[in-house]
Amino acid sequence: MDALLHQVLAGLATGGIYASLALALVMIYHATHLVNFAQGEMAMFTTYIAWSLIDAGMPYWPAFFLTVFSGFVLGVLIERILIRPVERANVLGVVVVFIGLLVILNSVAGWIYTYTIKSFPSPFPQQPILGIRYISAHELGAIGVTLAVLALLYVFFRFTPLGLAMRAAAQNPESSRLVGIRVGWMLALGWGLAAAVGAVAGMMVAPIVYLDPNMMSGILLYAFAAALLGGIDSPGGAVLGGFAVGVLENVLGAFVIGNELKLAVALVLIVGVLLVKPSGLFGRVYVTRV
Amino acid sequence: MLLEVSGLHAAYGATRVIHGISFAMEEKAITALLGANGAGKTTTLRALCGMVKTEGEIRFGGERIDGRSTEDIARLGIAHVPDGRGTFLNLTTEENLRLGAYTRKDRAAVAADLERVYGYFPRLKERRAQQAGTLSGGEQQMLAVSRALMLAPRLMLLDEPSFGLAPVLVRELFEILRAINARERVALLLVEQNAAMALDLADRAYLIETGRMVLAGPADELKRDHGVRRAYLGY
Repeated sequence: MDALLHQVLAGLATGGIYASLALALVMIYHATHLVNFAQGEMAMFTTYIAWSLIDAGMPYWPAFFLTVFSGFVLGVLIERILIRPVERANVLGVVVVFIGLLVILNSVAGWIYTYTIKSFPSPFPQQPILGIRYISAHELGAIGVTLAVLALLYVFFRFTPLGLAMRAAAQNPESSRLVGIRVGWMLALGWGLAAAVGAVAGMMVAPIVYLDPNMMSGILLYAFAAALLGGIDSPGGAVLGGFAVGVLENVLGAFVIGNELKLAVALVLIVGVLLVKPSGLFGRVYVTRV
Repeated sequence: MLLEVSGLHAAYGATRVIHGISFAMEEKAITALLGANGAGKTTTLRALCGMVKTEGEIRFGGERIDGRSTEDIARLGIAHVPDGRGTFLNLTTEENLRLGAYTRKDRAAVAADLERVYGYFPRLKERRAQQAGTLSGGEQQMLAVSRALMLAPRLMLLDEPSFGLAPVLVRELFEILRAINARERVALLLVEQNAAMALDLADRAYLIETGRMVLAGPADELKRDHGVRRAYLGY
């Protein structure tokens, strides 16, 4: 029983990270109707920025916030420079840009920082908090940070005029322009926010999986499974999906299929959801007249 | 002059739709653009908002606006009630209205305008927290007019506001449009299939046929015109 509880709690911790990245995927999906395959590499790259800052002697939290900000800037630049020119291109064209971005970010990170695995610090103490021995302080802290990020995003999109305008721009660009919303900038802002959320996910997961240019490839797969499970167009669904996938992956990995086959859980989920309920648990079913 | 259009051409890709039309509107005027399906009425409104490629000159309050972006034109005070109503389907009624006032910084005035709009359309107040996609066609039309009003525009472009509405609702809507024009000091440029209603409301009217202006004049003059009566009024 103790072992199970431990696995569930650890699953919630990684699940929170999947949830953040899944949310980033959903945000880009809302704006472009495509899945950004480079989301994980963007998170990896910003985590390296955090590593450089900390390595240069900056304390953790200033480095954390500076990294989130540079993630935001990176996202905005990517949208302005790479995505905007292919805005009207067909789906395959955009997907190729996403994959190109994935490969470039991965290689540039390897080129600058080498492929040697680095350890990444956790801001949380080594000893378990409050003597809870089922969950490490970092895991508990990661859950807390994730929930804080989700709450901030919820408040931003729900209660601020800018958040409302971003939702409107993603939904109905033409009507948005007619009320004076600068739709292009809203999309760039969406990329920036998604990249910033990804940066948080990267910094939270790096102490667990260690830092190397390929650290996000598996995590992106889990995040993708989470987003699909929740419904690719549902932010709330993506978050719940993230936690569900985290727990499922951990428990199945520990007791059923073994750690080596854990990634298969994500693939089975992806295929299963697409076969049984393509709209996911909380997604909307779209009917198109042809 | 509030709006001056001269020698306006517009095209979708290689297909030219409007071939040099010119007209003008004064402050607080109500002008109707009439014509058959495909005459270029909707395209004219879209051209004014920078939603299609144009040639020719468009001046709004003396300032050239042709070639400027749709969002800039909206910020100058031209609100468009588009063809198909342009509802933000997944947002609530009130969020739709707040988006209409997105560019305005005067919060107190926006709050007052929201109440005033609810005064014109009490139905929308009842449904303020409801998802706009679940509103009926008539309610969405009211919402589109209200959203445009929330911009506090000097000119409102209305593309077929009567489309798909029951006759009693059309009459009600046109009464409200008249009241809005009088009280809010906003000029209306109206595109309509329902020529009789449009000519009753408007003080000036223009007739467009296949992208050319063929007739212009005071609305009651056009109403008496033999050709207009036979082709568009049906008596």
